[in-house]
Amino acid sequence: MLAYANPQRFLRLARTLTPWTLGAGVLLAAVGVFLGLFVAPPDYQQGEAARIIYVHVPAAWMALFVYVCMAISSAVAFIWKHPLADVAAKASAPIGCVFTALALVTGMLWGQPMWGAWWVWDARLTSVLILFFLYLGYIVLWGAIEEPTRAARAARILALVGVVNVPIIHFSVEWWSTLHQGATVFRTDGPSMSTSMLIPLLTMALAYNVLYAAFLLIRMRTEISERRLRTIRLGLEAVS
Amino acid sequence: MSDWQAFLDMGGYAAYVWPAYGASLAALLALGLLSWRQMKRVERRVALSETSDRGK
Repeated sequence: MLAYANPQRFLRLARTLTPWTLGAGVLLAAVGVFLGLFVAPPDYQQGEAARIIYVHVPAAWMALFVYVCMAISSAVAFIWKHPLADVAAKASAPIGCVFTALALVTGMLWGQPMWGAWWVWDARLTSVLILFFLYLGYIVLWGAIEEPTRAARAARILALVGVVNVPIIHFSVEWWSTLHQGATVFRTDGPSMSTSMLIPLLTMALAYNVLYAAFLLIRMRTEISERRLRTIRLGLEAVS
Repeated sequence: MSDWQAFLDMGGYAAYVWPAYGASLAALLALGLLSWRQMKRVERRVALSETSDRGK
């Protein structure tokens, strides 16, 4: 791991990995969508509307997972000053933001036919909306502070403070009465879902994870190149 | 109703299922394409400024 602390070495590895992860992610997503739409049976209560689960739940998992990755990277940046940690956190934010937006939108499209409402202000929905704003705040913060080291510091603090929201989201369906159904996969007594639905769901979840890896590599390469460009410019200014 | 019509109808939930899949596809495609284009643009600029550096 530490060998890749060197951005140049990381760039070389990232260039090799980018097409493979991108290809694998797209392929897995295609398989997942096929399984979800054609192979999985309709739900005995929710009928065909339950097929929204295959795009909703993986997006919601990724919304949380990407945030946790961002918070861990921020902690690593603070403690070990790893040069790629801030890059990874900054590159993750827009990806997590998109997954959160997708979780919210697909959730609304599921809520309307099942609950009769696009939106309710209950604990689960509200805490995910807060997550969305945390992502937005984090992105804006990087752009708002001009001095890079100060921007990095402020962004790290926001990412770490915001992580308290993650367990709140997970347990919100147990702590407060809510319309949102409880966990069916991450349960202490194992998943309470039939295999025919679990397999498409886990395929989509894997696809989203691999796509996150691919987008992360692309965005980290961009960020490293942007920093390099900044250094070159500063060097030119110093010469002239 | 033919098989395809039944499939597209999604048991009457077509207005919810298809936008959910469509939004997912559109958002991830847009994120991927924009990220890729941005990366290519910045990498080209780095390559350009590095060759112009060597020219001095």
